[in-house]
Amino acid sequence: MAVSVSTSLAGPEVQRLQRQNDVVAALIKVLPHEAILFRHEDTAPFECDALTAYRNSPMVVVLPDSEAQVAAILRICHKMGVPVVARGAGTGLSGGATPHHTGVVLSLAKFNKLKIDPKSCTAIAQCGVRNLAISEAAAPYGLYYAPDPSSQIACTIGGNVAENSGGVHCLKYGLTLHNVLRVRGFMADGEAVEFGSQALDAPGLDLLSIIIGSEGMLAVTTEVTVKLIPKPQLARCIMASFRDIESAGAAVASVIAHGIIPAGLEMMDKAMTAAVDAFVHADYDLEAAAILLCESDGTPEEVEEEIAHMEAVLRAAGASRIEVSRDEAQRLKFWSGRKNAFPASGGISPDYMCMDSTIPRKRLAEMLRAIQQMEAKYGLRCVNVFHAGDGNLHPLILFDAEDADEMRRCELFGADILETSVRLGGTVTGEHGVGVEKLNSMCVQFSPAERAQFLGVKSAFDPLELLNPGKVIPTLQRCAEYGKMHVHRGMLPFPELPRF
Amino acid sequence: MQAPDASLARLIDRVDSARARRAPLEIRGGGTKRFYGEAPAGTPLDMTELSGISSYEPTELVVTARAGTRLEDLEAALEEHGQCLPFEPPRFAQGSTVGGMVAAGLSGPARASAGSVRDHVLGITLLNGRSEVLTFGGQVSKNVAGYDVSRLLVGSLGVLGIICDVSMKVLPVSVATTTLTFDWDEQQALENLSRWAGQPWPINATAWHAERLYLRLAGARAAVATACERLGGERMETGAAKTWWLGVRDQSAEFFALDAASSARGESLWRLSVPAVAAALALPGQQFIEWGGAQRWWRTTAPGTEVREAAARAGGHATLIRGADRTQVFAPLNSVLMRVHQGLKKAFDPDGIFNPGRLYAGL
Repeated sequence: MAVSVSTSLAGPEVQRLQRQNDVVAALIKVLPHEAILFRHEDTAPFECDALTAYRNSPMVVVLPDSEAQVAAILRICHKMGVPVVARGAGTGLSGGATPHHTGVVLSLAKFNKLKIDPKSCTAIAQCGVRNLAISEAAAPYGLYYAPDPSSQIACTIGGNVAENSGGVHCLKYGLTLHNVLRVRGFMADGEAVEFGSQALDAPGLDLLSIIIGSEGMLAVTTEVTVKLIPKPQLARCIMASFRDIESAGAAVASVIAHGIIPAGLEMMDKAMTAAVDAFVHADYDLEAAAILLCESDGTPEEVEEEIAHMEAVLRAAGASRIEVSRDEAQRLKFWSGRKNAFPASGGISPDYMCMDSTIPRKRLAEMLRAIQQMEAKYGLRCVNVFHAGDGNLHPLILFDAEDADEMRRCELFGADILETSVRLGGTVTGEHGVGVEKLNSMCVQFSPAERAQFLGVKSAFDPLELLNPGKVIPTLQRCAEYGKMHVHRGMLPFPELPRF
Repeated sequence: MQAPDASLARLIDRVDSARARRAPLEIRGGGTKRFYGEAPAGTPLDMTELSGISSYEPTELVVTARAGTRLEDLEAALEEHGQCLPFEPPRFAQGSTVGGMVAAGLSGPARASAGSVRDHVLGITLLNGRSEVLTFGGQVSKNVAGYDVSRLLVGSLGVLGIICDVSMKVLPVSVATTTLTFDWDEQQALENLSRWAGQPWPINATAWHAERLYLRLAGARAAVATACERLGGERMETGAAKTWWLGVRDQSAEFFALDAASSARGESLWRLSVPAVAAALALPGQQFIEWGGAQRWWRTTAPGTEVREAAARAGGHATLIRGADRTQVFAPLNSVLMRVHQGLKKAFDPDGIFNPGRLYAGL
């Protein structure tokens, strides 16, 4: 009688335990005991990344410390058909590192060797090296690594490669893509591979381009060569206030139209400045409908010339108040508010959902108006911080996760923002990635043929679909489900698709 | 999705019929780069009809143009608004097109500081080998939705499909530009270039040839003025400097021209892409160094194997640009990378109709 368990419930669980046994037995031959975790209490910390709403219990977690071990793990998983989810620091915001229920989490945290080569202005970093650690190690040579995602104190360079991370300075200095020369890693079958080179290009198709931002679905990254650039001698920041969001949006366009590429150009709306000022006292103008932070960096001569130019343009664009940082302490104070936008939002609401879409800069004011209307429509508040220079928006929708109806309205609000972004000529993710969070939105942005082409790319690298399966590219079926409620680019969704 | 216009519709028809007959197509824009890559094969498919700037908003720093748009037209439109393609794509001759620029993926003198063609491409509309019109990327500079297929297409030499529309990031023209020259030998030039690379000078382009280093500074007035003062050298007259850099960019300078006599001597023109700090390379012939040392052109009679070995030892690779024997133009790929290339070809162009063999035999 003991075996007559309800097979519909226990069957899959028993199978999973059996599978776990087999996989652990295979892995134990190539890894020390302590590098394999499979008991629930040990694997629990790996159940999610920074998008904590999505959780999954991994079957096994492995913590290799050498490339040989990574290759061996991948060979075993390939042979046994086990999904592999590579993981860095787990700071991702879109669930890209969400484990697979019957898969292995490949934690690359132990890959933390870093070599700075000041002569060639490059660094060779193992994938688990933290983003900020590269700039810290390069500082004695007057060099730094430019992309600075807000999580840079914790996030790893391997994760940055997976997400093509940006930061507040990418208008001038580019994204991860523009600052990486070479990625070394392993294919799904465990074969070693290198994309790019120590030179500025490599023969053949530009595979480095497609690896960067592929969210761990095409290959496993173990080592990255990045460019280092001379640290600017000086940076100064302007804080400009505007009485209405239209003129703030127009000012952003005007700065660019005048041939200025600021080192950073950020925008916050009134609700946001109120929240952050209460949190860090950044001396923001609380009367302004929106404020801009506009930064110049370079040699003292360059900065002086550029700040004067920026100031004149912002004034002409109707800034009601302008303050230029006098010294480094004041500059950091200006930025302290911007950098604390997320925690400050946590201070005024039980929960918030951070959105991440990009629109053409000229549509900023229009988008803010649309978001204001959505606040009324969904009965929720939203505070806004924008990387205005790149048109990258981070609206933070405030809600209470304990309230099921608020949660539901928040999700609809978020989807509305993303779809409005696509309609305004933008994209559903600027820098946080698709992961699992934006799979539905991918159905809105891409046609079935485009998504099928993405799957073709996946298959060229990973024909068995073992690397981070289920992320980034939604299945036709999923989009069909989602499409029942949505219309794509003015056409009925997927007319060619059979309906059952 | 809007209905394709007449010229795009004609291209789709051509692709349909090529697929039906399994008859390869040679995608051709201005035909100015037919010398580049492995020998072209297939029935020519003229792209020049698909032309025009579809959208350009200077305040967005983004321009979208159809593949057959002539580069000279695009650059003139940008110049009207004080903007440019900062990567200075080589034009080789009149009539080169936007599609050709992207498909070849070649960048000019400013590449080391301003970035490459690929760095500036934001989105591409592609006609693939299943006659599907697909759009990847977009018109915004921060975009991580899906794999970055648009940048994969840069330098693909048309083997994955027909590039129809391209959106690119553009930049304002620098306020101030000055060229300095230094009479230095290769060793001195490489040493100084390496030293300057770690310092915040507004260096925009470098070229060394015939015992002289040319250094182009570009940026804020004050920054260029300070650099001129501190770096020394001779200041080049503005007109002469412009002519010099054009010759480098479009490869119209004498060094790059292989005439019948040089071919008869067995000379080829090679491009060696190496780490900027690589030591001087020992090959017979003449050399022209760009990109702070990262791009080294050689006019040499050395056999291909010797040139490739020299590049590989320096940590880079070599490409045959012009020469008598046009086989094995690009450095061979290892088996893992070749397998990925073959998989991508199959995914985009299952019938193998686009520019077969132009990049590698069998692709």
